[in-house]
Amino acid sequence: MSELQLKDFYDGFRNPDVIGGLAKLINEEAKQLPHPINIMEVCGGHTHSIMKYGLPQLMPQNIKFIHGPGCPVCIMPKERIDHAYILSQQEDVILVTLGDMIKVPGSKGSLQDARAKGADVRFVYSPLDVLKIAVENPEKKVIFFAIGFETTAPMTVALIDTVIKRGIKNIFFHINHVTVPEVMVELIDSRDEHVDSYNNRIDAFLGPSHVSVITGAKIYEKFPKEYNRPVVVSGFEPVDVMEAILMLVRQFNEQRCELEIQYKRLVSYEGNLKAQQLVEKYFEKADLFKWRGLGNIPESGYKLKNEYSELDAQIIYDAILPKEEIEDHKLCICGDILRGMANPPECTIFGTACKPSSPLGSCMVSSEGACAAYYKYGNLLK
Amino acid sequence: MCLSIPSKVVEINQELNLAVVDTMGVTRKAGLDLVEEGSVKVGDYVLIHIGFVMNKIDEEDALESLKVYNEILEKLDEEERERLVLEDDNCENRTLQ
Repeated sequence: MSELQLKDFYDGFRNPDVIGGLAKLINEEAKQLPHPINIMEVCGGHTHSIMKYGLPQLMPQNIKFIHGPGCPVCIMPKERIDHAYILSQQEDVILVTLGDMIKVPGSKGSLQDARAKGADVRFVYSPLDVLKIAVENPEKKVIFFAIGFETTAPMTVALIDTVIKRGIKNIFFHINHVTVPEVMVELIDSRDEHVDSYNNRIDAFLGPSHVSVITGAKIYEKFPKEYNRPVVVSGFEPVDVMEAILMLVRQFNEQRCELEIQYKRLVSYEGNLKAQQLVEKYFEKADLFKWRGLGNIPESGYKLKNEYSELDAQIIYDAILPKEEIEDHKLCICGDILRGMANPPECTIFGTACKPSSPLGSCMVSSEGACAAYYKYGNLLK
Repeated sequence: MCLSIPSKVVEINQELNLAVVDTMGVTRKAGLDLVEEGSVKVGDYVLIHIGFVMNKIDEEDALESLKVYNEILEKLDEEERERLVLEDDNCENRTLQ
């Protein structure tokens, strides 16, 4: 199997001729669709890819994208960012988080603002970098503000495992890991206040790429079975997405409703069992997790198990961390966008009061949010 | 956030449980904590996410996908050629030499 080069994993799945060829097939076969379909790409990485490569422009009239809530940075509620901000203000604390969190605004400002005001906030590429910071600063408490979906939770847990095994005493954790299936259920199975009916706008799901590498496709089994929504787990490259859409079109045309994997080179049904076991060893589901723009969703986030509470910054600093809820910005329609009821340009503050440099709502915060992707690439859309 | 990068393993450090990988010319280290011991070898293609190897890339499946895409292109090319020939055959203004 020496035929494959590293560059094939990039170029092979971005080939414009193949994108064009698949677009032709999609347009041809979509003529047989029994009804127009709205496909939700759950994951922010997909949203970014879809907008970057202009895939909506390649779709026939009867296929639309709905951009989902799969950007863990975007959905981080202000309350939790305030936690990070407050922790960073403590005299003997170094607050460490991944670079994605830099500019996300809480009610007191972003972590970048905290840093500008003199707090010791550090942005790292990998949780492994936290070890180095802790060793170099033995007199400080190093708090890792952990974020991300199922993709990233195992890496936080690998750090926890190392901290425990090596008996490191100055690393603590503020856990903000969220999970995908619960928010998918929320989006299709919850009554939305606006129209007082179940959300029928989402006909099918494009399953996340790298969440699924860890969890396996099995976590989506219930969507075709119980909710009558087909799921195709797709890779992030534009050719992957186009092939996955063709697979969905064929399911509708053949009156099938199934879970399929397009991203076979990395995703299996069972996923990475070692990573799953490690996550289960240290984490359990929190009763509720508040998603910015969507509100509280049951069992959609992780917390540290009780036996590891001596590492849990939320417990250690409980006395100084605020509990009251903070409302989202009144004019922001991120909740509607995430439910597929509106597109970013329909928001009155899109691109005016709310921009990537000064985001007011969740979807503008990171480049994977629907609004930020529209702001950057959406000028081609009609 | 969940973006990850295909890379090639160039070295394994068993003592530190790390792989040294090449990501399109950039060399970096990645933890092997999340994969079964001994499952990743030098020369393997892997997916890296925030400093850890997430999984091996199945080369056979990748090759199979690329092959299918080529077949799609060939089929479309053929249809396009047939269409042009047909168009040419039906051209009314052509004068026979």
